[in-house]
Amino acid sequence: MGRIEQTKKQSKKRETRTMKLHSKAILIVAALALSACANGGRFGAANGGGADGAAGAASDPRSPAYFQQTIGDRVHFAVDQHTLTPEAIAILDKQADWLLKNPEFTAIVEGHADEQGTAAYNLALSGRRANAVIEYLVSRGVSPARLRPLPLGKERPIALCSREECYAQNRRAVTVIQAGGLS
Amino acid sequence: MRLFTALAIVLGVLMAAFAALAQGAGPLRIEITEGVIEPLPLALPDFIAENAAAEQYAQSISQVIGSDLTGTGLFREIPQKSFISTPTSFSNAVQFADWKAINAQGLVKGAVSLDADGRLVVKFRLFDVFAQAELGQGQKFTGAPASWRRMAHKVADAVYSRITGEGGYFDSRVVFVAETGQKGQRRKRLAIMDYDGANLQFLTDDSTIVLAPRISADGKRILYTSYESGFPKVYVLDIAAARKQALAIEAEALSFAPRFGPDGETVVLSLQQGANTDLYRTTVSGGTLQRLTSAPSIETAPSFSPDGRRIVFVSDRSGTPQLYIMDANGGEARRISFGKGRYGSPVWSPRGDLIAFAKQANGRFHIGVMRTDGSEERLLTASFLDEGPTWSPNGRVIMFTRESKGAQGVRALYSVDITGRNLRRVPTETGASDAAWSPLLP
Repeated sequence: MGRIEQTKKQSKKRETRTMKLHSKAILIVAALALSACANGGRFGAANGGGADGAAGAASDPRSPAYFQQTIGDRVHFAVDQHTLTPEAIAILDKQADWLLKNPEFTAIVEGHADEQGTAAYNLALSGRRANAVIEYLVSRGVSPARLRPLPLGKERPIALCSREECYAQNRRAVTVIQAGGLS
Repeated sequence: MRLFTALAIVLGVLMAAFAALAQGAGPLRIEITEGVIEPLPLALPDFIAENAAAEQYAQSISQVIGSDLTGTGLFREIPQKSFISTPTSFSNAVQFADWKAINAQGLVKGAVSLDADGRLVVKFRLFDVFAQAELGQGQKFTGAPASWRRMAHKVADAVYSRITGEGGYFDSRVVFVAETGQKGQRRKRLAIMDYDGANLQFLTDDSTIVLAPRISADGKRILYTSYESGFPKVYVLDIAAARKQALAIEAEALSFAPRFGPDGETVVLSLQQGANTDLYRTTVSGGTLQRLTSAPSIETAPSFSPDGRRIVFVSDRSGTPQLYIMDANGGEARRISFGKGRYGSPVWSPRGDLIAFAKQANGRFHIGVMRTDGSEERLLTASFLDEGPTWSPNGRVIMFTRESKGAQGVRALYSVDITGRNLRRVPTETGASDAAWSPLLP
């Protein structure tokens, strides 16, 4: 019987990437977002730079913080559905207006599913939700180059109970404003 | 001899024979797929250390063998304190009467030594106590002392195989996602362990979400989905080299749910582009990307048949997620799931005969199996959330992820045999999900 391969310990070094600062910030935000989704303030730091203040004052209509808190950064979906409700469309109309008025920003549209389904299917379903939002924003004139889908399946629920009142909050697509170009 | 005594002896012999029949004596044999089984009583005296240097291994090896066999639910180990005699030498004749007297049906005798080159030598013999004969031939394993657990697993596999007629599964590894932290903010990292939880190694750090690792048939590479780029993409990890690379797919495409083909080179996976999620195939070394499905519905969670000729997958083209089978090069797909409910995470048994899946019905989840034509669907488990089944190398045990309900929910790995018996938790230090079971190690 042969020797058993000894698996080397995973080295701590990551692959090196060359990235612009704001693209790096997007990745940092994505990583932060993935780790602490419950804190909406993290998303406010999405637009490149430090954790505080980069979101801009929520009172400034041109700031991502305003987008998140006043315009509304998220829409919700029925069970198994990726179609947009009238309420969703009303919010997305305002999102589209904001994006058209503030062309220096791009957005990552997260898709999410509740936990009532197997992982791969829910990942695909969450992707459809993100895409439904993107298609609608594009239909309202936003350039598709400014929008990118991020399916997160059931990995990042914001409401943790295992009841419909939580599931309804988790079936969502969140438009996360980014500064500058997408990587 | 007085008549009374003679009669008593005759009766005693008859009763012993009836008792033996009741325990299914005759050939030392367990038929796994039959109904409720009384665990077969096995005597496992500690392996004999044939030199002093081997002493540290002898008892541990015996314990691993015992855990493997009793862990199947098919065997019961007779406590050593009931033994009438304990073997002192590997080659001495067996006193079968001593083992019969304590109702052992099987006896494993073994010995351990370190040879002149410092290699560990483990040998065993298996005896059918009622037949008073050896079952199969004595067998010997040699390897580095550090591989003592693998050698114990190989002994257990041989014993299990000879008695059940099935292939073994103990000398195998499981790759999975180790997880820590609260629901909603879980930290995940790829990990690999022996099937029984020993020899845990982490393969990635927990800086990014990783999902659904799958191990190649040679046990050397892992396909998985990672969000390290910020978006879900499929990567292949070479375990020994501790090196990973993204699958050569266009940068903008979102990819996930990969699986190896039996050749360890072919990859089938889901790609999302725009509104659509479809199945594609390619190779690890970055060959052409071949599209397998082009329906407007979701097509995902593919799994190859062991001969690589067909793929089972999930599609919601009928309105709800169901299981379909198609040729491995695409083409017409035939639906195989027809029960009431939604189906997901299908995986083809290494024996080719069954497909395991997760089914959701009436607010509950089940792990189940069905024949490849969809017939004979059987549900093996029921809970708040069971999913992600993976097959043991012999196609007789399924490991899966179970998540508990609510805000404090945690995920853990469980195993169950295909009769639905012997549900047990797989010991992991942290939360765990998304397991993939390797073939038997060479």
